[in-house]
Amino acid sequence: MAGITGKDATLTAYADALAAAPKGRSLTQDALRRLSRNKAALVSIFVLAALVLFALAGPYFLPWTYDKIDWSAIRKPPDWVKGHYFGTDQNGRDMLARTLQGTQMSLLVATVATVVSVVIGIIYGAIAGYFGGKIDAVMMRFVDIMYALPYILFVIILVVIFGRSPVLLFVGIGCLEWLTMARIVRGQTLSIKQREFVEAARAGGAGPFAIIFRHVVPNLTGPVVIYATLTVPEIILTESFLSYLGLGVQEPQTSLGTLISFGAPVAEALPWMLFTPAAFLVVMLVCLSYIGDGLRDALDPKDR
Amino acid sequence: MLGYALRRVLTAIPIVLLTITVCFFILRLAPGGPFDGERALPPDQLRNIRAYYHLDEPLVMQFFRYVAGVAQGNFGPSMVMKDFTVARLIGIGLPFTLMLGFTAFIVGTVAGLVAGAIAAVNQNRWPDYLLVFVVLIPIIIPNFLMANVVQLVFGVYLHWLPVGGYTPGAWLNLVLPVLILAMPHGARVARLTRGSMIEVLGTNYIRTARSKGLGARLILARHAIKPALIPVVSYLGPGLSYLLTGSLVVEQVFALPGIGKYFITAALNRDYGVVLGTTILYVFIILALNLIVDVVYAWLDPKVRFR
Amino acid sequence: MADVLVVDDLDVTFQLHNSEVKAVSDLDFALAEGETLAVVGESGSGKSQAFLSIMGLLAKNGKGSGRAMLGDTNLIGLSPGELDRYRGKDIAMIFQDPMTSLNPALRIRTQLGEVLVRHQGYDRERANRAVIEMLERVGIPEPVKRASAYPHELSGGMRQRVMIAMALLCRPKVLIADEPTTALDVTVQAQMLDLFKTLTNDFGTALVLITHDLGVVAGVADRMMVMYGGRCIEKGPTDTLFYDPRHPYTLGLLHSTPNVDKRAARLDPIQGLPPSLEHLPRGCAFHPRCAFRFDRCFEERPPLLPVEDVREKACWYQGELNYEEVA
Repeated sequence: MAGITGKDATLTAYADALAAAPKGRSLTQDALRRLSRNKAALVSIFVLAALVLFALAGPYFLPWTYDKIDWSAIRKPPDWVKGHYFGTDQNGRDMLARTLQGTQMSLLVATVATVVSVVIGIIYGAIAGYFGGKIDAVMMRFVDIMYALPYILFVIILVVIFGRSPVLLFVGIGCLEWLTMARIVRGQTLSIKQREFVEAARAGGAGPFAIIFRHVVPNLTGPVVIYATLTVPEIILTESFLSYLGLGVQEPQTSLGTLISFGAPVAEALPWMLFTPAAFLVVMLVCLSYIGDGLRDALDPKDR
Repeated sequence: MLGYALRRVLTAIPIVLLTITVCFFILRLAPGGPFDGERALPPDQLRNIRAYYHLDEPLVMQFFRYVAGVAQGNFGPSMVMKDFTVARLIGIGLPFTLMLGFTAFIVGTVAGLVAGAIAAVNQNRWPDYLLVFVVLIPIIIPNFLMANVVQLVFGVYLHWLPVGGYTPGAWLNLVLPVLILAMPHGARVARLTRGSMIEVLGTNYIRTARSKGLGARLILARHAIKPALIPVVSYLGPGLSYLLTGSLVVEQVFALPGIGKYFITAALNRDYGVVLGTTILYVFIILALNLIVDVVYAWLDPKVRFR
Repeated sequence: MADVLVVDDLDVTFQLHNSEVKAVSDLDFALAEGETLAVVGESGSGKSQAFLSIMGLLAKNGKGSGRAMLGDTNLIGLSPGELDRYRGKDIAMIFQDPMTSLNPALRIRTQLGEVLVRHQGYDRERANRAVIEMLERVGIPEPVKRASAYPHELSGGMRQRVMIAMALLCRPKVLIADEPTTALDVTVQAQMLDLFKTLTNDFGTALVLITHDLGVVAGVADRMMVMYGGRCIEKGPTDTLFYDPRHPYTLGLLHSTPNVDKRAARLDPIQGLPPSLEHLPRGCAFHPRCAFRFDRCFEERPPLLPVEDVREKACWYQGELNYEEVA
């Protein structure tokens, strides 16, 4: 869900600062140093890393796989003897294994969408910034319009198009998320374009794309890291939201949103079916939100 | 001021047109359609259906036919719910969705403004700490989760409020939906209000107002509120989009008769007509409301008017 | 002439994280009706804080103590509500930055008129007329049109004129102007000082001119008070201080002011930096930068004592200040 982290405002301000002072690296290093002094953010990074590691490695250590049916334990609350640490669902499948599977899926689609949005953002922003003038004006006007329109409508249109393939769906969502990245890259490109070494490269016959990739892209490490940190939770939230509505990941695959939507109607009788995936989602979002807040504070030029 | 509003209206028109165009072609060019059901239709029957919906014409023709229809308020037929036109479905669902949305918008905005202002005036005292903490909850926890939790707590366990459904007049059924919809919105408004109010209270012009001996209440009411509202009002536009997103969830969780249900079913069944019609209408409404927000903004910040 | 403002033993302290900082210590002075007092010092000398405390405008962590008698009322320690009976009416203040001191969201008319509505009980109509009259008086062309303008439509000099008009609407007994010309163009500065002089004369308002710029003081002020490290270190009639400074710091200030008359004169800035209020030097706060210091200055803080009839200074050195010799 765009906006949960307020990344547009934060990163746009950051992009302006970067464009004003092309020494992007020190600005970013400065921000990261300030982030490392923020205890809540540090703890969150640690917890999140542990959670991700658990989601990826955990399934190998559990007695049950996510799709194995335990006929002797259908709709059972947590049972430590049998190894159903968080209970089972209506089909006798282990909730913890399913939740870890769901977490993996959520992380996967979030990564896919983030990578896609970063790539598109870089290309779009670099083209707009490098060519400038009318091309730039038209391209950035388009970005402004996209900002003004409700994101969810486009997501639903994507669902119509890619409904049956979650990964493709999130490639599509990545195609909607690049706006902020494009703004950052454009600002960077505009400021780098005017420097002598780019002039020299151009005089030496280097093409626009060579210049962009050699001189602009390497400066983007910091912004990309920050952008990704703020984008991943948005996608995780979008995913869980869509899956909850039945529009995202569908059986037999699973995700946190899917699990929550299955758990919700039976929450009265089988609360663990709702609360296990919900707890994972909430912990993840809380951590990401503190990291996001930490980043925002670290990037806030007012405190500097 | 009037000129400013007019200019804004004029810039909104191409955006609506662009949205219609882009959405139309994306939807039509995508593979698959409303008639690839589980059982394949016989070819001649499919041809008839396609001819009936003008799907056999060139895409550009279809586009102009569609735009001409939209201009007259005709959004075409629903291709899945055979007996309904899109306009009819919208007519059934939209009033409820708008009513729910506006109620939540007003409740959330007012509550957020009041809470944010109280926190700002009491900066670094308990009301402030309380607010800063409480406000985090609906911002971090997704609304579908919150919806389920309040449904469980107030509906199932405590039996205080109905768990869902709605018939006209049953306003108690709307308490939880409005609450869930209003909370994240109100929380963001409160956060913004607090931040901008604290900033404004520290400005030189508030010091000037104090030096004039105006009294705390007048300073707050006349000097602080207007400039403090500027960032809040500029959030209200995007805030509407979040409310729209939230209403899809809330209508689903509480089984409410809004347009969200049709929208989601249509998306699953690739019912172009309904998805497109609803999208266009939503975009139109959002842009119109954004326009109002912008005009309010111009009233708050005199500098904008003269640009 | 009667004194309109008598300040006695004024202290201003700020509560920091885990320490207290004294920004102003033992300030005494009296302001006679209609006179102009210049308060001079570098930034951090406490000159602004002293007067902000009198106006009850200190930052939240600041606190004033002592006495500032406006007539029979001690302004220090009054609640904001009680202060509001005097602020803007009997005692007004103008701030350094006219660009940010006016509310951007309100028309000039509103911001000025509300003072009269509040303190004089005027209705809007009458307040408006008075506002336009006052705007004309401070030299704003087309006052009727300007009254309806928003601050951003006016230039910096214009806005400062608006501030002056605002402060003088109720014809206060005391006007405090905190660096009123610092943010303005040099050409506008002179006009603004003239305006101050004329208006305060006309209204019989006593003016406190806080500044770091001695050039501003020369033509305007009757008396002058020099502050350093939160204390008054020399005060007296402007002329005597200008032509015969007795405190080495005053002398230093005079020498660091560009002087068009003595074209050849070298600009002599005072050596070193102003002290941090958190770590004021022992003894005389100025001794680390003083060319005339001797043993006693390191150990004992000099009290403010009368020299001749009309002036006072806080310095142990009693000899002649012959700058050239030492420098």
